[in-house]
Amino acid sequence: MGTANTPAARRSTPPSGYLDAASTEALHPAARAALLAALDDGWADPVRLYRAARQARAMLDRAREQMAAALQCRPDELTFTASGAAAVQMALDGLMLGRRRVGAALVASAVEHSSVLHAAGHATGGGATLVGVDGFGAVDPQEFAAALGPDTALACLQSANHEVGTLQPVQAVASACARVGVPLLVDAAASIGHGPVPEGWSALTASAHKWGGPAGVGVLCLRTGVRWRRPGGSAAAAGAHPGGFDNVAAIVAAAAALEVVVAHAADEDARLSELTTRIRAAVAATVPDCEVVGHPLLRLPHIVTFSCLYASGEALVSQLDRAGFAVSSGSSCSASTLDPSHVLVAMGALSQGNIRVSLPRGVADSDVERFLQVLPGAVATVRDQLAGADR
Amino acid sequence: MTVVDARGLRCPLPVIELAKLAARSAPGQVLTLLADDPASATDVPAWCRLQGHDLLGSQPAADGGVAYVVRLRNGGGGDSSNAADSAAR
Repeated sequence: MGTANTPAARRSTPPSGYLDAASTEALHPAARAALLAALDDGWADPVRLYRAARQARAMLDRAREQMAAALQCRPDELTFTASGAAAVQMALDGLMLGRRRVGAALVASAVEHSSVLHAAGHATGGGATLVGVDGFGAVDPQEFAAALGPDTALACLQSANHEVGTLQPVQAVASACARVGVPLLVDAAASIGHGPVPEGWSALTASAHKWGGPAGVGVLCLRTGVRWRRPGGSAAAAGAHPGGFDNVAAIVAAAAALEVVVAHAADEDARLSELTTRIRAAVAATVPDCEVVGHPLLRLPHIVTFSCLYASGEALVSQLDRAGFAVSSGSSCSASTLDPSHVLVAMGALSQGNIRVSLPRGVADSDVERFLQVLPGAVATVRDQLAGADR
Repeated sequence: MTVVDARGLRCPLPVIELAKLAARSAPGQVLTLLADDPASATDVPAWCRLQGHDLLGSQPAADGGVAYVVRLRNGGGGDSSNAADSAAR
């Protein structure tokens, strides 16, 4: 057991060259230790009354308290789900149900995560009102407020954008929503564990694998007093396990990772922010015909995104992979459709040759240096291949 | 007016075709790109913004795809990038 508290287990050392933390982070050592312990000791049904069950219940309760402290909510405001997307779906559908007498209209930013946009589209029959963004990817709070109508059942705004890192003005939008009594769902999956937890939400969702917890743990925080009705009706809430049998070990591991990550966030975020500032400057200086996208200051500390003219995003990802680096792309050629990322489109940003670099906690400075050395050559290679193939 | 037909080509090839044409065109010249790749709707305006050209407009082409009409910037010739230069050779 005690291994979770040793300094080595508490420090996260991501795989070398892994620069795609916004997709997922490798399991944090604290999560691994907690997971193994909980698999051994927390396997029983936590609602039963015997000793093994009480032990599982105690582990689950402690995880709930840890998680609530990190998310600055009450333990009884937390619900665990099978994924971040499931948390979004449950929040959105339940809040819409709770407001069905007011109306069925929904307002969301145009750059929400696809899980929010899909749930919003389904709930409204494709009629959600999408608020546009500026060139940095941020909504204007006044424009967002103006979109709220008398029949608006729900508003949705992410804490920060998952593709370009730009922070959203959640506080101002939350105030606008509160003035007209519209609940606000904040998808905080991109930002939890980096910087302050957003305030003013009616519901907040997150996903544990983004902060170094295991996959399969989504979190839904529902503010006390907010009208929410369980999708599927009261029958779905009957029985001992209204949300299904909790994955106790994974929840325990998720909470252990979040506690450690939050405790070290101030120092680590400062370090990551310096590194991404350096990447932004180096990319602009060393890669010709390249556009760094996202807000230069009001942004997450670990994400930097740029697009390169005359380059294919898919080819760039492969070229960088050959050089030992894992990054992602929002270009159309790297998607399953022919359409580029809806975030880049909404921003009016260049979408070809798009690369998102997202630094995992604990990333080595030398990894970033090596990436910056390799990048200009990788872009040039991909550009030459394209120009040659077309002749 | 000079036209390049990039219909059937996928991102980023339509913009590369446009840049090649720009590299061998005179400053201030008006070019038309025909493209049916959805990414061009985002990337042609972005290319103009990054290279200092004017996007005069875009409209559905009579025989399919979209026509993007661009006026090259005055002075400095066409596209300055190595990629476009090498692409234009």
